[in-house]
Amino acid sequence: MSAASPVRSGAVGDGTGATDAIDVRGLVKRYGPAQALGGIDLTVGHGEVFALLGPNGAGKTTTIEILTGARRRSAGEVLVLGVDPGRDARGWRAKIGIVPQSLGTFADLTVAEAVSHFAAFYPAPLPVAQVLDLVGLRAQRGVLCQRLSGGQLRRVDIAVGIAGDPELIFLDEPTTGLDPQARHAIWDMVRQFAARGKTIVLTTHYLDEVTALAGRAAVIAGGRVVTAGTLSELSGSTSGRATVSFTRPAALADAPLPGLPDDAVVHGTGGGGAGTRVRIETARPTEAAAPLIAWAAAAGVRELPDLRIERPTLEDVYLGLIGEAGVT
Amino acid sequence: MSNELATRQSAAPGPAARPASATAPAGPLDVPAALPGLWVATAARAKVELLSVVRNVQALVFTMLLPVLLLTVLGSIFSGSVPGTTTPFRQVFIAGVIAAGVMSVAFSGLAINLAIERDAGLVGRLAATPMVRAAYFAGKVVKVVVTALLETVVLIAVAALLFRLPLGLSAERWLTLAWVLLLGSAACALLAIAYSWLVPNGRTAAAVVTPPFLVLQFISGVFFPYNELPAWMRTLAAFFPLKWMAQGMRSVFLPDSFTVVEPAGGWEHGRIALVLGLWCVAGLALSMLTFRWRDQPR
Repeated sequence: MSAASPVRSGAVGDGTGATDAIDVRGLVKRYGPAQALGGIDLTVGHGEVFALLGPNGAGKTTTIEILTGARRRSAGEVLVLGVDPGRDARGWRAKIGIVPQSLGTFADLTVAEAVSHFAAFYPAPLPVAQVLDLVGLRAQRGVLCQRLSGGQLRRVDIAVGIAGDPELIFLDEPTTGLDPQARHAIWDMVRQFAARGKTIVLTTHYLDEVTALAGRAAVIAGGRVVTAGTLSELSGSTSGRATVSFTRPAALADAPLPGLPDDAVVHGTGGGGAGTRVRIETARPTEAAAPLIAWAAAAGVRELPDLRIERPTLEDVYLGLIGEAGVT
Repeated sequence: MSNELATRQSAAPGPAARPASATAPAGPLDVPAALPGLWVATAARAKVELLSVVRNVQALVFTMLLPVLLLTVLGSIFSGSVPGTTTPFRQVFIAGVIAAGVMSVAFSGLAINLAIERDAGLVGRLAATPMVRAAYFAGKVVKVVVTALLETVVLIAVAALLFRLPLGLSAERWLTLAWVLLLGSAACALLAIAYSWLVPNGRTAAAVVTPPFLVLQFISGVFFPYNELPAWMRTLAAFFPLKWMAQGMRSVFLPDSFTVVEPAGGWEHGRIALVLGLWCVAGLALSMLTFRWRDQPR
C-alpha cells in the first residue's frame, strides 16, 4: 500500500471526495442516424449497489461501455469517480473493475495464472489467494481455464475484474445463461464486494437479480431511463395503486357496493351474482376495505371470501413501464 | 533548519508526519507512483505469451509445418547451380525459405492471432486495466522472436538433413544469422500489429493477411532468384522487410563468391540493419497510433 494515502486523504479533488461515484447528465449515443441512448441521467453514490434493468437492446451495455471508457459518447456529461471516462487515464482505470458481458478466454492459462496476470497491472492488487476465495475457485486454482464449466468461467471473469481491488465494479449481465446454483453463487459474491464497501453497477434483465442485490435501480428501455429509485419506490409508488378484491358470497350476491374512496375503480362485477370476483383498484386500499367490511357485517357476513389487498409487484411495474416505452 | 524539521516530525504522530514534498498532493489524473510500469507489464505479458506457445504445441507444429513442407517439396524439385556461380540453386532457395518462414510466423501468424484475441475480447479487457499499452506489443514481439527462432532451427535442421546444407559456418556468420533473425522478426511483428488495423475480424484474417505476404515472397527472392527479377519488382520489394531478410539469410548460408550475381554487388549488411530497424520504428509508431483497443464498431 502507498504510504502517501494518510497524507493525501485530506487533499481536495482526488476524484473520490464527497461527489457521487457516478454522475451522468443527458448522455446520448448515436450510431449514424440511429440513436442508441436518448439522454440518460443517472447518479450512483459511493458504496451503492445499483442495477440497470431493461430488456435486450435497451442500451444497458452501451451505457456501461461509455461509463468504463470503452466507447465514446455523442453528447452529455459523464463523471465516473470524478473523472471523464473519455480521458481513459491510467490511474483512473486502476480504480475501476470491469466484467464485460462476453465470457473471457484465457484458454492457455490456469485460473491462478489468469488472475495473477491481470493483478500484475495494478498498483495495489488483492492477493491472488484472496481473490480465488472470494469467487470460490480456490480448488480450481491449478486448472486450465479451457477445462472449466460456464459458471466457473464467469467466476474467472469476475476474479480478473476485481484482481486490482477496484473501488467501483461494473458487472454487465453477470448471470445471464447460468444455472440457478451458479447465479446464487455470483449473487453471494456481489454481496461480499458490497460488504467490502465497493460501489457496484450491474446490468440485468432479471428482476429477481435486482431484488436480491440492488439498493437502487434504473429501468432503461429504448435508450431512456423510464424510472429510477429505490426498489420500494419502484414497486410501490410508480403507479401507487393497489387492488382490493373478494368473491361475492350468496348473502351479497346482488347487493350494491358501499361508498368507496373517490379514486376507486371497480373492475369485474359491481353488480352481481354469487361467486363472482370483485376487484377495486385504488391508491387508498385501507379506506376501501373498511366500508366493505362494515357492508358485509351488516348483511351478516363476518368473513368476506378470499379478501385480498395486493400491491403491484416489481415485475408488474417493470412490464408496465417497458410496455409504455413501446418495447416488445 | 533540518534539526527543527526533525523535531517537528518526531513530535507529530504517525505517518502523517512525512515531509509533504515526498507526497505532493495529486490531482485526479496523476498516476500514482506505484502504478506498474512498462517493464513489469511487459514481463507479465511475455510470460503469458510464452506459456501459450508451450501449451499449444499442436498449433506451433502446424504454424511451422507450411515452410517445412515448402522447403521439402520445392527443395526436391530445384537442382543445378545459379548461372554465373558455382552455388547450388537449392541453397539460394533454402536461404529464402528461412526468411519467408520467419515472416510467416512473425507477420501472418501474429496478424491472425491479434484478430482472434480482439474477437475474444482479450484486447478490450487488457485495455480496461491500467496496463501500459506498449507492453502488449512488446509481449507479442517476445513471442514472435522465440517462435521465429524455433522455426529457423527446424528449417536449418531439415535443410541440413535432407539437402546437405553446409553448417560449418564461421562465428561471424552465426552472428549475422542472430541479428537478421532478431531484427527481421521484430520488424515483421510490429508490421503485423500495424497491419491488423486492416483486419476486420478473426474469420477474415487469413484472407486479408495472406495476399500481401504471398506477393512479397514472389518479388523478394524467395521462390525466384532475386537477381533474375525485373528491376521494378526489385525496387518495390526493397521497400519491405522480406527482401532484406532473404538477402541477410543468403549472406549467412551462401559463399561470398555469390555476391557477383547480387544486384548490389555485396551483402549490404549495414543497409539490411537500417531498413529492418526503420521498419521496427515505423511499425511501432503506426501500431501505437492505429491499434484498435476499444470503441470498435460492431
